[in-house]
Parts: sequence; C-alpha cells; structure tokens
Amino acid sequence: MTFEGVTRPSMDVDIACVGFGPATAGFLVTLSRRLADPSRPPLESRAAPGMPLQVVCYERADDVGFGVSGVVTRARAIRAAFPDLDPAKIPMATLVSEERMLYLLDPTGASRRSVTLRAADRTLRAFHRVEDHAFELPFTPAFLRKHDGIVFSIGQLLQWVAAEVMATGVVQIWPGTPVGEALLEGRAVRGVRLLDQGVDRQGRPGAGFAPGMDVKAALTVVADGPVGAVGRQLDEALGMPAGHGRREWAVGMKVVLDLPADTPLAAGTVLHTFGFPEPEIFGFLYVHPGRVASAGIFVPSWFDSPTRTSYRYLQHFLQHPALWRLLKGARLRSWGAKSILESGRRGEPLLCGEGFARIGEGSGSTNVLNSSGVDEAFATGVQLGEGVIGLLEGGHPFTLEHLERAYVARRRESWVEREGQVAEKARHGFQRGVVTGLVGMALSGFSGGRMSLGNEPPHPAEQIGSVEGFYAGKISALEIARIRADCERRGVPLHDALMDRAGWPSIPLDGQVLVSQQDALLLGGKVQAPAGYADHVVFLDPELCRGCGKRVCVEICSAEAIRPGDAGTPTFDREKCVHCGACLWSCPTRLPGQERVNLQFRAGAGGLHSAEN
Amino acid sequence: MAAFQIVVLGSVVPDPLQTLEPVATPQGPALKNEAMLPHVLDPWAGHALFEAAHLATRAPGSKVTLLALGPRQKLQQVMMAVAQKVPFELVALDGPAGGFTDAHEVAARLAQAVEKLPGLDRGRLLLFGGWESASRGAGVTLQMVGERLGIPDQFFGVDQLSVVEGGGLEILERVEGGKHQVSVCAGPPAVLGWATGNLPEPKNNPQLGMANMRGVMPALQKAAAAPVGQGGVKFESVAVPRATRETRIEKDLSADQIAREILEWISQD
Repeated sequence: MTFEGVTRPSMDVDIACVGFGPATAGFLVTLSRRLADPSRPPLESRAAPGMPLQVVCYERADDVGFGVSGVVTRARAIRAAFPDLDPAKIPMATLVSEERMLYLLDPTGASRRSVTLRAADRTLRAFHRVEDHAFELPFTPAFLRKHDGIVFSIGQLLQWVAAEVMATGVVQIWPGTPVGEALLEGRAVRGVRLLDQGVDRQGRPGAGFAPGMDVKAALTVVADGPVGAVGRQLDEALGMPAGHGRREWAVGMKVVLDLPADTPLAAGTVLHTFGFPEPEIFGFLYVHPGRVASAGIFVPSWFDSPTRTSYRYLQHFLQHPALWRLLKGARLRSWGAKSILESGRRGEPLLCGEGFARIGEGSGSTNVLNSSGVDEAFATGVQLGEGVIGLLEGGHPFTLEHLERAYVARRRESWVEREGQVAEKARHGFQRGVVTGLVGMALSGFSGGRMSLGNEPPHPAEQIGSVEGFYAGKISALEIARIRADCERRGVPLHDALMDRAGWPSIPLDGQVLVSQQDALLLGGKVQAPAGYADHVVFLDPELCRGCGKRVCVEICSAEAIRPGDAGTPTFDREKCVHCGACLWSCPTRLPGQERVNLQFRAGAGGLHSAEN
Repeated sequence: MAAFQIVVLGSVVPDPLQTLEPVATPQGPALKNEAMLPHVLDPWAGHALFEAAHLATRAPGSKVTLLALGPRQKLQQVMMAVAQKVPFELVALDGPAGGFTDAHEVAARLAQAVEKLPGLDRGRLLLFGGWESASRGAGVTLQMVGERLGIPDQFFGVDQLSVVEGGGLEILERVEGGKHQVSVCAGPPAVLGWATGNLPEPKNNPQLGMANMRGVMPALQKAAAAPVGQGGVKFESVAVPRATRETRIEKDLSADQIAREILEWISQD
C-alpha cells in the first residue's frame, strides 16, 4: 500500500533473505562460515563500502523456529554441512531406531471408503491377524525408508542453527519482521519492502504508524515457503516455467505430546500410517528423546471433501486404537499446522533472475515420492550459498546469467534434482482415488520415475467436490440442506454436524490430549498476533464469497480464525491465525481468467509461539 | 536537560505464553525443558529499557546500557527481537537467569559489573530495571544492586519520570489502592524499578537493529562468566502458580447465561 505524503525509509544491504526456514539455514550456514573464515580474504560490502558484507534475514514469526513442523529426515545435506553432528546436542533430535508402516482400518464405520477399499479391508480382516484395527506392512518401500535418518523438531533444529550462525557475528536474523513484498523493477528484484506497522485491519495508518522500510539489496534470497507472499508475488509477476504449476497441496497438523511414564515407545521410533481417518489422510508418529512424541496427519488438496476439517480428523486419528493404546495418558505440549507444497518439482518456479534466487520448499524442492522436504530445502540453501560465495569472490554481480551458472546449474547436478525428477509424477494417480494413487506412487518409486499414473492435476479449486457428493449414501441432500441452514443460523462451520451425522463418534475431551480447538491454540500453539498490522487474509470480492456455497476456507481453517460471516462472506480473526495457508489452496473460487483465488493470503505477523513443533 | 548515564538491568525469561513446570535437577530446581522454551526480554525490564531510550532522546548525550545476566545463547536469541526496538549498548554476563537463581548473588554480580562500566559517572547514573521479574516476582534484585552501589534514592512501581527544573526527578510511583504517589528527588544517582510505564512498545526499526547488533555481537562474545547459583542456597520446594483451566462444551447456552456465569466467576475470590 502506498500513502501520499509518507516518506518511506530505506537502507542498503548486500543480501536480504526472506524467511528463516531450513533452506535459509543452509544458505546462511554456508555463507557465514566463509565470511567468518579469517584465513580467506574478507568480502567487502558494496552497499556500505569499507564494511564487511551486509547480510540480513527477515523472518515473519516472532522467533526463529516458531511455526514449523517436526520431521524424520535422512539428513544427508544437514549431515554434510555438520559432519560432526551430534543429535544429542539438539533438543528433541535422535537417530531413527525403528521404522514401521501401518495401514489403519476403520474402527468406527464412518470413514468414507470405496468399494475396493472395503473389500480389501474385509480380506485383510479375514486372512491376516489384525490387531487394534491396524495392519503392519511387512516392509517399508525403499523410496519411503528413513531408517538411517534423524527425528528432529524443526523448530529446535532451526534455533540451534540460528544460534550457530548468529554467533559468527557476520549475518543478522531478525524475527518478528515480516516482508510485505519484493521491490520489483521490470523482471529484476531490487530488495524487499517490510510490512507497514501501526496500521488498522485494512492497512490504513493509525497510531504509531511506521511505514515498512525498503531494504535494497543486490541479492534477494526468497525462501518464504510455499504460501509466502514474496514467492507468490514473483510467481504472479514473472510467471511460472512452461508446464509448471502449484496444483497439489496438503496441510500437516500435529501435536507434540509428553508420553505416559510407562510408554513402550523407544526414542527414534517412526510410524507412517495411511487409511484412517479417511483413506486420503496420511499420518505419522515420531518419538523424540525424553518420552516426547510428535503425531499428526496430512490432509491433501485432492481430498475432495469441502468440509475437510484437519482438527477433527486429527482427533479421530489420535484415537485410532493402534495409536491410542500408545497415547492414552499422554499430555499436550504443543500444536501447530503448516501447508506443504506437494507438487514437488512440477511446482518449481523460476529459480533465479536479476537480483534474486529462490530456495527451499517454495522453490519446488520437496520430494513428494520420498515424503521428504526439509533436507532437500537445506540442500538448495547450501547450493545457493556455495554459488554466491563464488560470485562474490569473483566480483560478479547477481545477474540472471551468473545465478543460473552459480546456483541453478549446481542444483541441476545434485541429488535433489535427480530424485525430484523421479518423484515428479508420483502423486498424479491420487486424482483418481486413493488405491490408484498408491499404485501410482509404487510405480514411480519402483520404476525410478519412468512410469506413473494419471495426468497433470487440475487447479486445486477444481479438486473440491460438493458436500452432497461427498456424503452421498450417508446423508441425503435434503438433510444436508437442513444441517446447512442450522449451522448458518448458529454461525458455525458445517463439519462437526455432518461428521456427527455420518457416524463419527463425538470427541471425549479429556483436557490432556483431546482438547477443544481453541484450547489447542492456547495450550499448544500459544498463538498470538502483535498489534498494529493489517489483516493478512482478505476476501477480495464479497459477492464471489456469497456465491461460493462451499466455504472450504471456514472448514479447513486450522485455528478457527476464519468463521462464517453474517452476510455470507467469512470473517477473519488475525489473532487466531497460525499462518498455515490452508485457506489459500482450499478456496474454490478462482478469479475470472486467473490462477488466483478470491481469498488473498498476504504477508502478516504473529502466529504460533512454540518452537517444539 | 543534562545527559544521563542510564543502566538498565534486565535479562531473559521464558516467553510468558509457555507452560512452565519446575523439575528437580542435580544443580537444584529448574524448569522442565528450559532449553527448549522460547525466551523474551523480561517484560518489566522491557518497559524500563523503552523508558530509558525515551528519556535519552529528551536528554541529548545520554547513554543507555543494557546490563544482562543470562545464558549467552538465550541472550543472543532474544537480542534478535529486542535490538530493533531502541538504541542501546549491551553488556552481557554469561550465567543462569532462571527464577531459581538467588537474587542476592545476582545482585552482587550486577553491582560489580555496573562499577566496572567504562567511564561510569555516578553523579549522572540512573539505574533502571523492572520492579519485579516475570520469572520470579520477588522484586528485590534491583533494590540490592542499588544498596551495593550505595544509592539511597530508590523508587518502585514507577510509571512516569519527569526531569524538573534544576535537574530534579519527579517520579510517579504506584502505591496501594490502585493510586499513584508523586515523589521527588534532587537528581541522579537513583534507582527506578519500572512498572509498565506509559509508552507503547516501539515499532521494529531494521536500521536501528543493524546498528545495535554491531555492538551486541562483540558484547556477547566477550561476556564474562557470572558465577551465580554456587552460593549454597538450597530450595526446600518450588512451585509455579497453578494454571486452572476448565473446558466444557455448551452447545445451546444463551448470551445472558454466559454473561451470568462470567459474572459469578469473576466475583469469586
């Protein structure tokens, strides 16, 4: 937003990074080691002649490591960067000790399962020993295996890396400082503009107005994740490479739990699950040291239910007998949610241009076959770091050509690219159903990417079915209309009423693991938003919202921040938002002739206040 | 207005949003998973720091020093959030900062560090801090530092400081009954334990942050070890205030009923 008569402050640096996640961690570790190396010639700043190179990183969240997710990773790039890495020095990190894959059958009878799946379930129950409604696969496919990996809390890993990087004194990381947009000049990026402070919900100047500073930089490193405002701004302004698009997404929602004192789970245990609560929803359980576990689910964009509530499904997942026997008596420590770009290499944007480079998940580095993203993101950061060092030492400017040679070529020759190509079409089959999708993944995995099922997925807005279609055979259209009217009158989302009616058992809140969604925000996520920032979720055209009829944004909102509004347009409560971004790819209303949807997910401040995720 | 030398005593505390649980360790009581808890600058000390910076802008030539005793790594992390707020110079002491460290020992270390500040002018010294701490509400450390430095003029629960003609200080102090008392002293040196003050939290200023960090990182690198927690203090038992949280699901409660329940609840002792 521009304001007449307002002088916007500016400053010059050499390198400005947007977002501090695993990719920026890799970049700054690499760069800071070079800058702090007394045996090599110092690299002088061009922005501040006579000074060392000026490198800054702006992170939206209130501290580094807030709002990211736990993970099991093979950690190849992370180990390469830290050859003496000792997981014991990083809180919540441990080596994988055991890895199993469970197919979860439906103990409730409420899960929507296809005829094929129901037949498969019956066969399993008839011919195999099925304990706790779960069938353990005899082996974990090689392409999914993380047996030589590490279980991390990414929040703790990032805090550890940030401390290492900052201690060198050569780079600066600034949390609580959201970047609003890139400073674009034609197709060149000249730096970033920080968000305005001291504004009202609509972004209008209020008490203590402080216009966001223009931070001009020779190189802008865009690493703000898949729903980051700067990355998406560049996608819109510069376009995506031919044949590339961001079609597949998922929201990962998890809890971190203190396990009961008598837990049989050993640190390093990794469980992958599929099949329940809906066949489309995958789950996980990772055990950290000290009787702490992360457990959660992924709700994908190809799950065609418009009432795709992550939170309620998470509660049913935790109560599945195969998990509940391990989790009963546990206590909630933390909770959070995050969007994952599941298009992998097909979602890769322009990796660099005049004055900018893109790394991390938002650069399409996630491997959707291996279900691995953190290590790949870190690797792309290291690759850019090595390339940038070469350019700086050679005195070369950050042009498209130089960055292509120094960074993109390095990335193309790496394992990230090779494995990304294998995974490129691995998820396509899921558009035709879960069983087809699993077969497609197996085909891709076992054939090294030479075979796949399905075609390029449609826009996520077109992947969402109707409520009536999803509940066909369980709830009549007439009854859905009645439930819809009742929820409308009460101003609540549809999902609870529909799931109750479809036979899902009610959640026996125990105040320990099973808590209300608002308690998850307060007890687990410790969510808050600083005053003086504009709303970052905006509904562009209220008329389009009124005609939507599905309001998937309300149903999937991880934090109940988006609620039904009086006039048909949802309302947004910034103080509850965890910035997961699920509303963005779940909005079913595309703007005419555009990739964009009616729900705008802009840069914003605040969110989770937990670094255990 | 003559320049002041303002020394703000403040350290890190766990982010107030976190759930805290004391545990026993061989070194004495500690907070469960303390290393993992996000930390912030003690909010009370934060008010003091912002007031100090505000006063410094009104008294040209003044200098603000933040003297912090805390774990170096946590201090470094917290400085990333604080350094964009106001200009200051950091002097760091590397040691434990939890609510279970003995205030007497902490005060001794802090007083020594104040005395060692280069160019210390006691005649212009204002010792600022929070009137209590978010990690322990005893509110005694600042007083003991003042006593060790021989500063008799001490004011606590301060919400406002004005410099009057002749260089005297007029101070608005909180007193019982939700009222303020106006106190006056001849001028520095003085100890001021701040309550919330009247200033909003300053907006982030990236330029300021970069300037501050040029001093912050070297200060952290040369932070001397502060031997606290070795004085033989033994805690018989420790506890944090019990967080009471009751959740129940009510589907058809009217607004009037909810209001009545809230009224009943807040009327309880």
